[in-house]
Amino acid sequence: MQKTVPVVIAGSVGALMALAFFSPPLLWMREKAEEWFTILAAIAMLLGGTNLCVHHLRRISDREAGWGFSAVTLLTFVITVGVGVLKVGVVPESARNLDRAWSGGYLQEGGAFWWMFQYVYSPMMSTMFALLAFYVASAAFRAFRAKNFEAALLLVTAIIVLIGQTPDRDFLPEQLSFIRFETLTELCKKTFVTAGQRAIMIGIALGVAATSLRILLGLDRSYLGGDE
Amino acid sequence: MLDFLNTLDRRWVFLAMGLAVAIPILLGIGATEQPTAQTQRMFDYIEALPAGSRVLMALDYDPSSEAELTPMAYSFTRHCCLKRHKLYFLTLWPSGPPMLDKTISKVVLGEFDSSGRPMKYGEDYLNLGYFPGEFGAVNPICSNLRQSKSQDSKGISLDALPMMNGVNGGKDMQLIVNVSGGYPGAKEWVQYGSTPHNIPMGAGCTGVQATQLFPYHPDQLVGLVAAIRGAAEYEAILAKAYPQYNELRWRDGTRRMGAQQWAHRLMIGLILLGNAIHIASRRGRGRR
Repeated sequence: MQKTVPVVIAGSVGALMALAFFSPPLLWMREKAEEWFTILAAIAMLLGGTNLCVHHLRRISDREAGWGFSAVTLLTFVITVGVGVLKVGVVPESARNLDRAWSGGYLQEGGAFWWMFQYVYSPMMSTMFALLAFYVASAAFRAFRAKNFEAALLLVTAIIVLIGQTPDRDFLPEQLSFIRFETLTELCKKTFVTAGQRAIMIGIALGVAATSLRILLGLDRSYLGGDE
Repeated sequence: MLDFLNTLDRRWVFLAMGLAVAIPILLGIGATEQPTAQTQRMFDYIEALPAGSRVLMALDYDPSSEAELTPMAYSFTRHCCLKRHKLYFLTLWPSGPPMLDKTISKVVLGEFDSSGRPMKYGEDYLNLGYFPGEFGAVNPICSNLRQSKSQDSKGISLDALPMMNGVNGGKDMQLIVNVSGGYPGAKEWVQYGSTPHNIPMGAGCTGVQATQLFPYHPDQLVGLVAAIRGAAEYEAILAKAYPQYNELRWRDGTRRMGAQQWAHRLMIGLILLGNAIHIASRRGRGRR
C-alpha cells in the first residue's frame, strides 16, 4: 500500500500531463495539476527545512566529526527563519496600516532580514564565486599542460577562445581574417560547441522520455527512495 | 630557474590575479566591445517593439552571479524604460527578490523618477516577486498567472493594478526577457514558456551557461547576451542609440570588461608559461 499509492499517483498524474499536452479538452486538468505542483513545491521547502534540522540535530547528538559546523548551520538557520518570519525591524509601509506592525514586506529595506541578506549572505556568495578566479588561474598554471594529444587539443582550443575574448584578437591583418582569433572563436562556438550541445540535449531528451515512461508504467520506483 | 618556476608558490599566482583584477577596477580602465550579431538582435527586437509593449522581466539569479548579470539586467531594464514598455518583474529563485528590488530602485526609480516621465507602479512596472516551483512554475506563469499568484510582491491584489487589466499571463506579453544565472533559467523558460506559448524571448546569461543556449539562437531566442562581454556590447549599442548613456558611469559591463580582459591575458600568460616549463622539464629529463 505504502508503495502502490505513490506509484499510482505518479503514473496517473504523469499520464494526464502527457495526454493533456496533445488534447486541449484536458487542459484544465493539466492546469489544476500544475497548481497543485506549485503548492507542493512550496510545502517541500518546509519539508526541506525540517529535514535539515533533523539531520544536523542527529549529527550534534551523536557528536560526529565536524558537529560544530552542524551547530553553526542550525543556529544560522534558526536566526534567519526567525528574523524573516517575525519580520524583525519591519515597519508598516502604508499609513492605513500603522496599527498593523507586520504589514510591511519581510525584505523591506532597513529590516533585519534585508540587512542580513545585504551584508552577510550577498557578500559571502559573491566572495565564494570570486574565489574561482584565483583557483582557476592557479590550476591553469599548474595543471593545464599538454601532456598528451587530447590535452594539447583542449589547450589549443582554450587559448583560441581566451584570446578571442580579449581585444588582442584582431592583431592579424584583414587578408588573414580566416585565421583571426575572432573567426576561430566563432567557429568553435557556432560549429563544434553548438553541435556538441545539440547532441547532448537530444541524448538527454531521449533519456528523459525513456525514464518517464518507466516511471509512468511503475517499472522505475527509485524516486520512492530505498532500494526500489 | 626551472626549479624555481616548477615550485612557484601559488600565492604569487593569486597575487598576480588580484592585481590583474584590482588595478583596472581602481583606475577605471574599461573596454568597449564590438557588438556580436546575437547581442545586436536582442537590442533590435526591444527597440522595434511599439512603445507600451508588455515585457516580462524574469531575473533568475542571486548574489553569486550578481556581478556578472546585474549590468545586463540594468541595460535591458533601462532600454525598456526608454521605450516606455510595461515591465512585469518576477523571479523563479528564492534569493532573487532582492535582485528585482535592486534593479527597480537603481534603474526604474533611480534613473527615471527625475526624468520628467517617471514610471508609475502598477501602470508602467510591476513587481510580481518570487514564484515557487522552479521549472514547474513557468507554464502556469505563461498560461494563467493568477493561478499561481493573486497579489504582487507588496500584497496588492493583481485585479487592482491597471497593468493587469486584460493580462492573464506570459502569453499576453510581447516579449520575455530572462536574465539567467543557472537552474531554473533561460533553458526552462524556452522549454516550458516561450516555445509552447509562442512568446518571443530574449535571454542574458552567465558565460558558463552560454554554450547551453547557443542551440536555441536564433530560432527560439530572438537574442542572446552572454556574460560581461555581452553586457558591454549591449551597453555600447545602447550608448550609440541613446548618447546620454555614453558616459562610463552608466556602463557597469564596460567597466568590468577591463578587469576581465586583464584577467584573461594573465590566464593566457600563465597557461603558456606553465607549458613552457613543462616542455623544458621534459627535455631536461630526456637529456639526463
